[in-house]
Amino acid sequence: MQVEVILFGQLTDIARGGKILIGDVADTDELVKAIEQQYPAMAGVKYIIAADKKVISTNTPINEKTELALLPPFSGG
Amino acid sequence: MKIDNNIYERYSRQLILKGFGETAQQKLLQAKVLVVGAGGLGCACLQYLVAAGVGTVGIMDDDKVALHNLHRQVLYTVNDIGLSKAERAAAVLRQLNPAINIKAFNERLAVGNAISLFAEYDIIIDGTDNFSSRYMINDACVLTGKPLIYGAVSKFEGQVAIFNCSINAGEQPVNYRDLFPQPPTADEVDNCAEAGVLGVLPGIIGTMQANETIKLLTGIGTGLVNRLITFNALNNQLYELQLTPQKETRNLIPADFAAFEKTDYDWLCGISGSGVEINTDVFDSLRKQAAVVVIDVREYDEKPVVDEFAHLRIPLAKLVNEFTNTEKDIIILFCQTGKRSAAAAASLEAVFGDTKKIFSLAGGILNWKRKQSA
Repeated sequence: MQVEVILFGQLTDIARGGKILIGDVADTDELVKAIEQQYPAMAGVKYIIAADKKVISTNTPINEKTELALLPPFSGG
Repeated sequence: MKIDNNIYERYSRQLILKGFGETAQQKLLQAKVLVVGAGGLGCACLQYLVAAGVGTVGIMDDDKVALHNLHRQVLYTVNDIGLSKAERAAAVLRQLNPAINIKAFNERLAVGNAISLFAEYDIIIDGTDNFSSRYMINDACVLTGKPLIYGAVSKFEGQVAIFNCSINAGEQPVNYRDLFPQPPTADEVDNCAEAGVLGVLPGIIGTMQANETIKLLTGIGTGLVNRLITFNALNNQLYELQLTPQKETRNLIPADFAAFEKTDYDWLCGISGSGVEINTDVFDSLRKQAAVVVIDVREYDEKPVVDEFAHLRIPLAKLVNEFTNTEKDIIILFCQTGKRSAAAAASLEAVFGDTKKIFSLAGGILNWKRKQSA
């Protein structure tokens, strides 16, 4: 199973694109682990996880249909 | 020319709009809106608010115009370099619409002036460029019950939302901390000055903030209440996020005005402060937060016993081996006098690096207990 993750802000610089595919993850904790393994620089970036356009704050099961996004906070004005 | 008599002509193109008309115009003319930050977002937002006829517009910024501002801060010219942004913006905007009341505040938003100033306005607009101000504005809006029109940009992307505003009466409103509970540390986000921003982007996002403000004031359309929109200027993609109140959020916001005025937002955002040591006031406001774990690093038999607040007990000698992981973002250590906890903080920093904020209670638990009984 692969999930698609939409990236924002500086995460797109690290991944060199606005979307990444991550395989074999059943929940958001595994997702973060897999992403940080593939893109170690993302471990040092603050971001929130959205599943199906809702912010999640605890570990959440995901499947290939879950729309995932990682959003860092912006401060610029 | 007598300006006052030209109200119908000035606003005629929006007065003839079905669903807007005189009723909506009246609401705008009676409204008071405060724009914090007269930078890229503020310049765009202010122009449309003033043009649309918002009756009282406050502009707060302690910064001065610089040449590198001009690619995005479109109210200013080269003749303004070195002058107050708030005052220059006010002067330009008074020429655009002399019939409304424009107030310039050439001062920095601070915990000491935010509450009394916000209380005088109906809506607060965040056009600032740093997390310290953003969290301060959010918390002050929650405490004063003011809707917050949020906008922020980075490089080619922007975010817009309305916070602290309920769709239905009695509903708990969403605020910025429901989205991003804790400020990031300086190294966890791109520094704006280093990261850069496409000049037109804050123009777009600031204009969206003006649109949301006008809709909220007049009651037309559907606002971004409980919704965050991100806009990518490179590919025009919009992404919308549904926001819901989070249980932990209220614990992150100062309990009342007095606690707010004691909060050091620069320090919370890692901008100022002397290393890892925190005083008893900061300790007391921090330890109540959900994202914090407090650890007593004294030996198990040491007195005084601490039963005033929840904490873990891990003696210094065992700390690095036993405390290897935590879900919390902030770790606060204390001991008898503050010496061992400072050493413990240094050891834990070596373990966690920049992933956690680690602090030591200055003066230790003896000093804290003394303050409690004083």
